[in-house]
Amino acid sequence: MSHPEVSAPARDPWVQRLMEPLLPPLTALLIAAVVGDLLILSFGQSPREVYRLLVDGTWGNAYGFGQVLYKATTLACTGLAVALGIRAGMFNIGAEGQLALGGFAAALVGLGLPAGTPAVLAIPLCVLAAGAGGSLAATVPGALKARYGASEVIVTIMMNFIVAALLNWLVATKVNVAESLHTPEIHAGAVPRLAEVFPAFHGSAANFTILVAIGLAVLVWWFLFRTRAGYELRAVGLQPDAAEYGGVNVGRTWWRTLLLSGALAGLGGINYVLGYKQYYEEGFAAGAGYLGIAVALVGRNHPAGVLVASLLFATLSQGALAVNALVPKQMLDVLTAVVIIAVATAVPEVQRLLRSLRGRQA
Amino acid sequence: MSIALRATGVRKVFGDCVANRNASLEVAAGEIHAVVGENGAGKSTLMRMIAGMYAPDAGRLEVNGRDVTGWSTREAIAAGVGMVHQHFMLIPTLTVAENLVLGQEPRAGMQFDRAGAEAAVRALCDRTGLVVDPARRVADLTVGELQRVEILKVLFRGAKILILDEPTAVLSPPEVTELWKVLRSLVKSGGTVVLITHKLDEVIEVSQRITVMRAGETVGHMETAGATPAAIARMMVGREVKLVGDERTAGRMAQAAGTAEHTALSVRSLTVASSRRPNEVDQLSFDVRAGEILGIAGVEGNGQTELIEAIAGLRPVASGSVRLGDTDITAWTVRQRADAGLSHIPEDRHRRGLVLEYSIADDLILGLQHRFSRGLALVRDRIGRNAEERIAQFDVRPATAATPARALSGGNQQKVVIARELRGREFSVLLAVQPTRGVDVGAIEFIHAQLRAARDAGKAILLVSADLVEVLALADRVGVMYGGKLVVTLPRAEASAQVLGPWMTGAMTGGAHVAS
Amino acid sequence: MSILAFLIQTLRIATPYLFAASGGVLSERAGVIALTLEGWMLTGAFCAALGSFYSGSPWLGVLAGVGGGVLAAALHALATIRYRADQVVLGIAINLMSVGITRFFLRLAFDSSSNSPRVPGFDWAGATEGNTTAGLGSLLASFSNPLVLVALLSLPTVWWILYRTPYGLRLRAVGEKPEAAASVGVSVARVRWLAVLGAGAFAGMGGAYLALEQHQFTDSMTAGRGFIALAAVIFGQWEPKRVALACLLFAAAETFQIRLQGLQLLPSQFVEMIPYVLTIIAVAGIVGRSRQPAALGRVTE
Repeated sequence: MSHPEVSAPARDPWVQRLMEPLLPPLTALLIAAVVGDLLILSFGQSPREVYRLLVDGTWGNAYGFGQVLYKATTLACTGLAVALGIRAGMFNIGAEGQLALGGFAAALVGLGLPAGTPAVLAIPLCVLAAGAGGSLAATVPGALKARYGASEVIVTIMMNFIVAALLNWLVATKVNVAESLHTPEIHAGAVPRLAEVFPAFHGSAANFTILVAIGLAVLVWWFLFRTRAGYELRAVGLQPDAAEYGGVNVGRTWWRTLLLSGALAGLGGINYVLGYKQYYEEGFAAGAGYLGIAVALVGRNHPAGVLVASLLFATLSQGALAVNALVPKQMLDVLTAVVIIAVATAVPEVQRLLRSLRGRQA
Repeated sequence: MSIALRATGVRKVFGDCVANRNASLEVAAGEIHAVVGENGAGKSTLMRMIAGMYAPDAGRLEVNGRDVTGWSTREAIAAGVGMVHQHFMLIPTLTVAENLVLGQEPRAGMQFDRAGAEAAVRALCDRTGLVVDPARRVADLTVGELQRVEILKVLFRGAKILILDEPTAVLSPPEVTELWKVLRSLVKSGGTVVLITHKLDEVIEVSQRITVMRAGETVGHMETAGATPAAIARMMVGREVKLVGDERTAGRMAQAAGTAEHTALSVRSLTVASSRRPNEVDQLSFDVRAGEILGIAGVEGNGQTELIEAIAGLRPVASGSVRLGDTDITAWTVRQRADAGLSHIPEDRHRRGLVLEYSIADDLILGLQHRFSRGLALVRDRIGRNAEERIAQFDVRPATAATPARALSGGNQQKVVIARELRGREFSVLLAVQPTRGVDVGAIEFIHAQLRAARDAGKAILLVSADLVEVLALADRVGVMYGGKLVVTLPRAEASAQVLGPWMTGAMTGGAHVAS
Repeated sequence: MSILAFLIQTLRIATPYLFAASGGVLSERAGVIALTLEGWMLTGAFCAALGSFYSGSPWLGVLAGVGGGVLAAALHALATIRYRADQVVLGIAINLMSVGITRFFLRLAFDSSSNSPRVPGFDWAGATEGNTTAGLGSLLASFSNPLVLVALLSLPTVWWILYRTPYGLRLRAVGEKPEAAASVGVSVARVRWLAVLGAGAFAGMGGAYLALEQHQFTDSMTAGRGFIALAAVIFGQWEPKRVALACLLFAAAETFQIRLQGLQLLPSQFVEMIPYVLTIIAVAGIVGRSRQPAALGRVTE
């Protein structure tokens, strides 16, 4: 016992290195699965049957998989937005409003362009507008955080409601199709569906916006871990006082990060507006912003993790439709929340356990 | 002799960190017992377990012969064990009386009996001679008063065994004398006092017996009568050390007088606000010449932190100016100042000096990140080479650049900060604040040698330390800050604890700057 | 339009806000972020409808509503206090969960995806929505719903708890500096558990009021009222008196908008924004200082 360090190298180091990041989320998923079983059983169905349907209806056929990819695209954008904010020490709960405003801005530009504008020009313009729209919604929380230190949690929540009311007013009175809650179809800037290249996806909403999402993930990774601005951003998130000492303008970093975060969320809007319906519709963003928090949490605020987590939540969302014959599709809403709660509670708990195990060894 | 407190074979682990491994303690009833050790030796952890704040992972705790291992704070308080914490455990938004009765509030029916609480506190003040107005809000009290409230709080709960964790850190010398008086009278009336400290002069002055801890373990006990500071220090670090107070700087001073003429840092009529008052630093002026160390002594909280932050660009200046060489930098950003030749060892490395989650390599470029990038991107291989060089120069252990700073000992963390600030870039002026706080004695010697070497190389150093011994050991000139003013500046040869004491306490004021 | 009618309608609109905001003050002053008010209310509303439907008694409905709110709050407390999960994340999750679980059980219990059947509420003969001319009768009618009276008493009760009871002293201490409270033997976890459960009970009662007033549960019927209550807590700077005024102010703005719909003075969407805009202004501290409980959202050992 007096020389415990002798026994330490005996354990395979890479097993340990894999265990530390993977064990906590796996534990959480296990808990969620158990709760899911209980819910299914309460409805008198067999969990095996329900999960089989869920997998068949999502990853089991091209259409279902296409729908998963489509839903994951939006979630990846909002997830990246939340993750970037958290890296800078901020909780951007406004992805919901930023996503909606981004989508609306893209639709406006698409409507403003003359029909027949070449896609190489129209798409980038609409994409830019989406990013700008998202940033715009993040301007108020960003400025108030930087200038007055106002809690971004509260301001972004409040902004969600303000943006929703504003868009509701605009769509109801300014740019709507009669008797509907959506804008007219855009004239230019439509993003092609995946089915145009891979016919198997026929009917699904999956479109090439997914490439944008993947590109954004790579970009965010590079920005966070390979650039000076990313180094400073993470320092601000971990220890704002140390960052300030290191010559970083903390307020400005917060402000810029919220704008970037808003832009990321806003870009998610093109998935629906340019890639799927070709118009902005009231409520298209409902829930995707809040789910972005779950995606960032499960993805541990790492871009690669965010991509994986967005697939997970998209699967649950699409799977709800697949299992509806056996259990109410609302069960999957519950399951989604259970996953979040399980990850939020079990992950720190398992980490503490692992750490105290290691401490006892040392 | 009856034993009031006994700890045997206590072990406590926090996550990765073993705070206590084989700690033991024996305190006799009716004595003042000193527990000494360097910062991080595990003194506070052991005491907190005795006070019921955490449970030990192994070992046994006894109070008056009763096994109390793993008890709660509530049980500890009921048994008459009370702890005065190093960081004040008071709630600023509540009144003195509310703070004192918290947890055992007097009731009138279902309601909290406020008048009763205030009366009880007044009675206690009268009995102990520690006087504070019970109706005042804690946020409005001075540090001395806060300390008094802390002790009252423990006594209010009927403590017979009083544990004080570094009680003098924020007190001025007369307040310290006052505290000793209170402790002695407590012991006379049947109490037992355990005093945690790392200041050896306090130990010798006030205690009857001493327990020494090192690296989480108890390494010795002794009677205070007959113990010498050198012997205690040897036990604290486990080898022979040169006490900083022994350092003589006379030879070096003769040299300084001949060479240093060029003014490197010049502060004029500087006024800086804090959240507490608009003139935390009040119309302050001084110069630091190239090749000298100006040491600023003083009780903490007299504006030192605000002064340094203002010079470093971390806090806005209300009026006055700061010049670096011939350049006015009053309105410059932190980065501009750093690039112009201002280095800074900050007061609190855990808060400012290091990003604890960053690797040693990344922390070695904090504040220099713009010099390690090309375009937008960081240049990883240069960061790696820089880390290897600094780690070797300063013997940082473990010598692996990828280790997170959090995993290093206090001394090694400080070495990372100093390596960066002294060798990471060109500089003409160094702000060194509490450069050896929380650092083991071996590293203190090393850090002091580095500061002297920088001074000898012609750098201007502004040293701020709450440790008068350190200031006297390093400085060529010594100033004292009190109430936001530099109340006196003396050449080293004329400065001593006896001379500076009255200035530090405000007993002498008037801003008479003795010529240097 | 009569002033009396205006006041009555304001009071009715304010009732759920007063309940939920009482919970918000209790929870946030203890250091637990009350993002979950919406979810607790929704759960409370559903349970109240369920209870009232099966028992035929609105009183048992209220009891069930309170029970539902407490249950949802217990889940929140378990995760954030016992397991030290992030309060913001949990708040979002509990809100999502409440929407999902009420829909799930709506289908399970009533086989509907939009609303429950009609359930008994607190009725008084002369009380009909839009009855603006009845004057005194209408005033009496709104007070015949006992929950309106209870709502008026809820924030004063919270004030009394905070400033006049030993528990309130502990609660304020825990919300400001939990480690200091712990050092004198106050159990931070117990104080927070009680505060959160109490908050759930208040919010659940607010939900019960909604369901019983409308005689049914409808999907997502709280429609953001929990967030308006949270806005009132923040705008009222966590002080029960000011929070009560904020609730009444927000409710008055809504009443104004409903009453003036015909006049088209301001699009209704802009009136909806008022609470949120005011809250943002308050949080920014542009007018006056806003100071939240120091330990709000902090996880403690």
